[in-house]
Amino acid sequence: MGVALGGSELKNTLVSLGQRLWRRSFGGPVRAFGSVSLLLLISLAIAPAKNHFSEWRHYQNQYLALIRTRGDAVTLQRHFHEHDGIQQIWLPQLGVVDRCTTCHVALKENSLADVGTQPFRLHPVIPHTLDQFGCVMCHRGQGPATTVEEAHRSTLAWEQPILPARYVQSSCGQCHRAPLTGTPQLNLGRNLLGRYGCVHCHTIKLPDGSTIKPTDDPPSLEHIADKTTREWIYAWLKDPQAYAVSATMPNFKLSDPDARDISTFLIANSTPVAGDTVAISKNEKAPDATAGASLYGESFCASCHAVQNAAGNVVGGDVGPELTRVGNKVKPEWLQAWLRNPRIYDAGTAMPHYRFTDQQVSLLTAYLGNKTDSDLLANVHLDAATPEQIAHGKLLVTEYGCASCHEINGIKKPDNFAPELTRIGSKPLTQILFLPGMTHAIPDYIAAKIRQPRSFGAALKMPQFTLAPAQIDALTTALLALTDRAHDSPLVLTVPAKPASDYQPAGKAGQLMADLACFSCHAINGRGGDMAPGLTWEGSSVQRPWLLAFLKNPGTLRPALIRRMPRFNLSDADATVLTDYIMTVYQTAAFDRDSMPSSGYPPAQIEQGRQLFYSKYACQGCHIVDTKVDKGYIGPTLTQVGSRLNAAWIYHWLKNPQAMRPGVIEPNRNMNDEDARALTAFLMTQKVSSKQEAKR
Amino acid sequence: MKMIRHRLTFCVLSLLLVTAACTSKPEPASTLKPTRFGAALVESSGGKQIGMTGTVLAQPLVVQVNDEQGTAVTGALVEFHGPAGVSFDPPSGLTDSSGQLSTNVALGSMAGRYLLTAHTFTKAQKLIELKTDEIALGYQQQVGYQLDNTYCARCHDPESTPERVSNYDNLETKPHPFTEGDILNKMSDADLTAIIGHGGPALNKSALMPPYGYTLSKTGIEALIAYIRLISDPPYHTAGMVYAQK
Repeated sequence: MGVALGGSELKNTLVSLGQRLWRRSFGGPVRAFGSVSLLLLISLAIAPAKNHFSEWRHYQNQYLALIRTRGDAVTLQRHFHEHDGIQQIWLPQLGVVDRCTTCHVALKENSLADVGTQPFRLHPVIPHTLDQFGCVMCHRGQGPATTVEEAHRSTLAWEQPILPARYVQSSCGQCHRAPLTGTPQLNLGRNLLGRYGCVHCHTIKLPDGSTIKPTDDPPSLEHIADKTTREWIYAWLKDPQAYAVSATMPNFKLSDPDARDISTFLIANSTPVAGDTVAISKNEKAPDATAGASLYGESFCASCHAVQNAAGNVVGGDVGPELTRVGNKVKPEWLQAWLRNPRIYDAGTAMPHYRFTDQQVSLLTAYLGNKTDSDLLANVHLDAATPEQIAHGKLLVTEYGCASCHEINGIKKPDNFAPELTRIGSKPLTQILFLPGMTHAIPDYIAAKIRQPRSFGAALKMPQFTLAPAQIDALTTALLALTDRAHDSPLVLTVPAKPASDYQPAGKAGQLMADLACFSCHAINGRGGDMAPGLTWEGSSVQRPWLLAFLKNPGTLRPALIRRMPRFNLSDADATVLTDYIMTVYQTAAFDRDSMPSSGYPPAQIEQGRQLFYSKYACQGCHIVDTKVDKGYIGPTLTQVGSRLNAAWIYHWLKNPQAMRPGVIEPNRNMNDEDARALTAFLMTQKVSSKQEAKR
Repeated sequence: MKMIRHRLTFCVLSLLLVTAACTSKPEPASTLKPTRFGAALVESSGGKQIGMTGTVLAQPLVVQVNDEQGTAVTGALVEFHGPAGVSFDPPSGLTDSSGQLSTNVALGSMAGRYLLTAHTFTKAQKLIELKTDEIALGYQQQVGYQLDNTYCARCHDPESTPERVSNYDNLETKPHPFTEGDILNKMSDADLTAIIGHGGPALNKSALMPPYGYTLSKTGIEALIAYIRLISDPPYHTAGMVYAQK
């Protein structure tokens, strides 16, 4: 019926109702006093009511209900009531005010390990405590907030939502610069930043002022015409992964004419190098293919180079380029010269200068030349080069910033070619252009940008990288670690990485070591690879005659390893120079290598050592002394250890292997002096027999 | 009366509009329509992986749909499901020309064993399920996993690969693989700490197990035990869990 009432009638009724209410409440002093008191009471009750009905109290009540039925309810309740109400972790020097523990009440309750519902989960074991760093340092979000929405999500007043568990390792990277055992994703991401050459174009400054260095070593294109053809460059530019699935070169999504013009320019722009090609006579006999394959194996090429097998798996090392279709790429005359001495074409290559004989070179050239894919260049037909193509190619090479990675004659490496990423992890959202439908958060933006850079605009220059989902996440994690906090937090918190070493051995030996690329596999004084044992103290470790013989013809020390020292065909003079240098320079100050005799130990001590070897210390689990009985294939074979190692080295190694070579897997047995001496005596009897000596 | 009727219709219409706007969220119209149906669902690869909590597993999970004869079926619809926190990319899809569908799996944020299910339907709308599990490591278990890989797996892993050789086959006394829950679950944390720290003879076992107490830190050994407990099969029940069940 209310609908039927006219406008004026309604007004009148409302006015009279108001008047009546006013008279009822404030019609006299007593009534007025009573009403005001009532209003005051209600307004006073608002605060406690709000508190009572708050979100966090709801969770605390839920928690109390959860623990009530548990066996250790009393302990849990006591822990809870020690601090109920709003909780706060306040760390003024870090700028941390975190109230997360108000709802996340059970973070430290070990007996709640089985509870899977949030916010009552136990925090997983990490090396830090809550009171040390609070929560938002690692998890982001708004620490002082006391509602779920404000604490976890991005609001108008707070940009950084909770960091998804997927990227949480990035937070470790804010302080820890060196790789950590517990953060494989972060370590991988940092590795990829260098390996995929991201930092050629994007500068990343670290809090200590250094910059991240690329580790991919893209080849110089100054003499490219000596090495390969225009057709191959064209096919490679169009799709690098069609040539080699493991290639790190990104795809620039070039049109056919653009790829043609760039390849034309690169060939036309190339200058020849004297001696980087060898004329090949036509009437050479086709070498034996199996001999080529076995030479490839004997030279341990696969330690650095991978080949894709029939099942599609890429097998081999990743130090050098993949060789699956290398026959499509390199000219045989270049390959011969490269195998003879790679340093003529590229002085800084990681490839050692094997001293192959001419016959070996032609064997390998023929073997590698046969690694082709007939489909790769089948459809590449380029018309003759024109000056317009060359000019346009040069323009494109400048525009795409090819010289950021590759050396190209006449084109300077551009500075700051791409945006700097030094603080990308804290980039303000207002500076970011999100795609429609994307979550407005930094991690989503970074991941999308790496996954498909050109989805943010077809005209963008950033190329398409070929990355697995786990690699994209790893890169995102590494970039998210580059926050304002990483740069501005107190220096005492940062855990620096080991400074990069630029150790350089001196003199003739130094030149030889560079020529043989020893540092590609061995580390000395902090510089070098980890494929082979470090040599920093090699001179204290081995005996001179053994080292000399080993350098000339490396034998097998660890039979189970697939990566072994290759034979370089060193001349006597070169081997002597290297041996002298290693024996003199690479010594530890911890002991004198000649302080213990190499033979003449009492038979009783030797026998005691034998028994310790086989019983108390059970060394045969990993080592072989008697090839007929022992089956330990993990550590080096010890059948000739008495001719290889110094007694003093063995003794000190037994006492503490990790002190001699950090990170070695042989456990420290905390051996007493007597046992160590007896074992040393026994091991020193394991010498090369005179018959073997004569054979050598 | 006409006015009332007008107002009423207006009210009803607007009410309908409001309810329509509130309820009909734009549902992801299932554009995937299977073109063919299979009779069996098998795992091709990607099961039994070990990853870290929250992260994407290194290898995708690949399943294959076969028909009665065991030949691959193209165009069958497969959907993936997992416990809370697990995400699949894509969560469902049609099998490719080799009858396979591949999905990238990100595990949840709690360490533990995650049971994943893939399912497809036969022509008669019968559900076929395939179950597989993956293990998520927390920070501590990850540290243990790395230590295992460096030190222990050289003997305790029955599988030997060229990249990481294991001497398991050559040992006179066979070590227990860490997944051997039947044996290892019966050993207390204190037992495991003793045998790792002081070697086999500490528990009257083979001297082939050397002591690692002078090589690994205390937290390292704890991490190793946490890892062993996590991967054991049958699963190890933590003290907390047993307590809760009482």
